[in-house]
Amino acid sequence: MDWFKRKKETLKPTDKKEIPDGLWIKCENCGEIIYKKELEKKYYVCPKCDYHFRIGYDIYVSILFDEGTFEEFNQNIKSTDPLNFKDSKKYSDKYKATVKKTGINEAVITGVGRIEKHQVVMALMDFRFLGGSMGSVVGEKISRAIDKAMELKCPLIILSSSGGARMHEGILSLMQLAKTSAKLARLSQQGLPYISLLTNPTTGGTTASYAMLGDVHIAEPGALIGFAGPRVIKQTIGQDLPPGFQRSEFVQEHGFIDVIVHRHELKQRIAGILDFFAHKNNSRAESA
Amino acid sequence: MAIKNNKFVLEFEKPVVELENKIAEMREYAMSTGLELEDDIKRLEKKAKQLRKEIYSNLTRWQRVQLARHPLRPYTLDYINKMCQYFEELHGDRRFADDPAIVAGLAKLDQYSVVIVGQQKGRDTKDKLYRNFGMPNPEGYRKALRVMELGAKFGKPIITLIDTPGAYPGIGAEERGQAEAIAYNLYAMSHMPVPIINVIIGEGASGGALGIGVGDRILMMENTWYSVISPEGCAAILWRDAAAAPTAAEAMKVTAEDLQKLDIIDEVIPEPEGGAHHNPDEAIATVKKVILKHLEELMQIPPQELVEQRIKKYEKMGAWTE
Ligand SMILES: [Zn+2]
Repeated sequence: MDWFKRKKETLKPTDKKEIPDGLWIKCENCGEIIYKKELEKKYYVCPKCDYHFRIGYDIYVSILFDEGTFEEFNQNIKSTDPLNFKDSKKYSDKYKATVKKTGINEAVITGVGRIEKHQVVMALMDFRFLGGSMGSVVGEKISRAIDKAMELKCPLIILSSSGGARMHEGILSLMQLAKTSAKLARLSQQGLPYISLLTNPTTGGTTASYAMLGDVHIAEPGALIGFAGPRVIKQTIGQDLPPGFQRSEFVQEHGFIDVIVHRHELKQRIAGILDFFAHKNNSRAESA
Repeated sequence: MAIKNNKFVLEFEKPVVELENKIAEMREYAMSTGLELEDDIKRLEKKAKQLRKEIYSNLTRWQRVQLARHPLRPYTLDYINKMCQYFEELHGDRRFADDPAIVAGLAKLDQYSVVIVGQQKGRDTKDKLYRNFGMPNPEGYRKALRVMELGAKFGKPIITLIDTPGAYPGIGAEERGQAEAIAYNLYAMSHMPVPIINVIIGEGASGGALGIGVGDRILMMENTWYSVISPEGCAAILWRDAAAAPTAAEAMKVTAEDLQKLDIIDEVIPEPEGGAHHNPDEAIATVKKVILKHLEELMQIPPQELVEQRIKKYEKMGAWTE
């Protein structure tokens, strides 16, 4: 378990919203009562059953990036509520309340930093912000992150944690699928690697765009990954879904996930992939 | 045009249809009895005309959604058969199967050879099941991709006709990568070096529509809808009641007029009064005329510039502030 010693100092979990307060936490999967400090040290993975708790972008930043290297950009892009949308509440009010409650500005945070010394641009979605839903701002921030990767000529990583497109922005949300996919095609033409990291959950429009367009697809164990939500499918076909349906392992078995990586190994395995892409195969003549 | 068959009459169309049927009855009665009813008939016809105008010039978003779903509305193959001098349908994705929910093939549209791709709905029960109600599986999107790539390879413009209640939410669809199939189409369509014209001819439901909907021109017929989720789906999630669909349709702003105001689509194609199903031939002829107009424009643009403009078009989509 040398991963653990290596990352101990960089670990600064600040996510207090997802994990309830108190000294002890019950595992959502196996029911084990875990000492909170212990869970923090284990990157919010249950020591008994390996269940990966859902965590915020900030914890992923501390897990993945070399300490103090991650710099956020475009943090002030905000939605304008283009449809003047209202259900039981106004979208604009809900939006403001979400910013206040979560302390984050949108469902994706973008920045640049170093992972085992490799410079990478990364977009991290955060489920706490309106279910990680993709609206205009998410699309624009990801589009600009792709531009940044092209400018710096460095790899791109997008971490998905999202229920799909944001209904409150209607057609504009849908168009973000096309926008981000078009930009990824451009990135690909520049020969820059793109790693898609799929966490629990990655569904709907997020899966039907950038999450499924990586050069390498990495999933955390047990993550819900799919296009349609399980409830919709069950309703449509009128029968029960097979066990493990739409979980990382199932999706890998059907050929859409390259590797499933335990959160404890995430940094090291991503670094290995970045090493692979960065490596230049010099010909003998040149190296001589 | 009188609709004798009341089976497919929408609630808001009823006053007009009832009046039209009454006029037809009077005509028959006048014929069989030899009575002179022409003045009365003319009066009623004037009234019907006025009533039609009142109803169809003030349609709510939900009424347009209903017109977009009208069972007598022309479907993709109706357009292809009427618009094209030649059509050879190509089947299968060369990977898994042929998906009847999508038709794709080689076509001749006046002076242009083009490839056409579109979702296909069925008319009767058997046909509906065969077409899976116009809900494609991944192999449908991959067939579409294959035929569009064929167009791109041989410099043939691509026309896509969009009419789907959504990509199929089934077990097999998930197993075969519905999300990946759609995502890859968006990725590939963004860079195809030929003109691409997308026309919403009925329902444009979410990723299932967009999966064949990336292009240089996005056109919508007057009585169609296009959004990130169906009004029912949105209502079920945000209002916790699918019956709130009319409210959700209003809130999401799903009509052609809305999408034009939001700078998403390039043109609204007018429909015959009462909707495309009142005069399918006229509706199809108008669509063809508009497609040809855009095609002529796009054919003047060199391929690389076309792709550049297309990416810029999508880069601009969205609403944000900083
Ligand atoms: Zn556990």
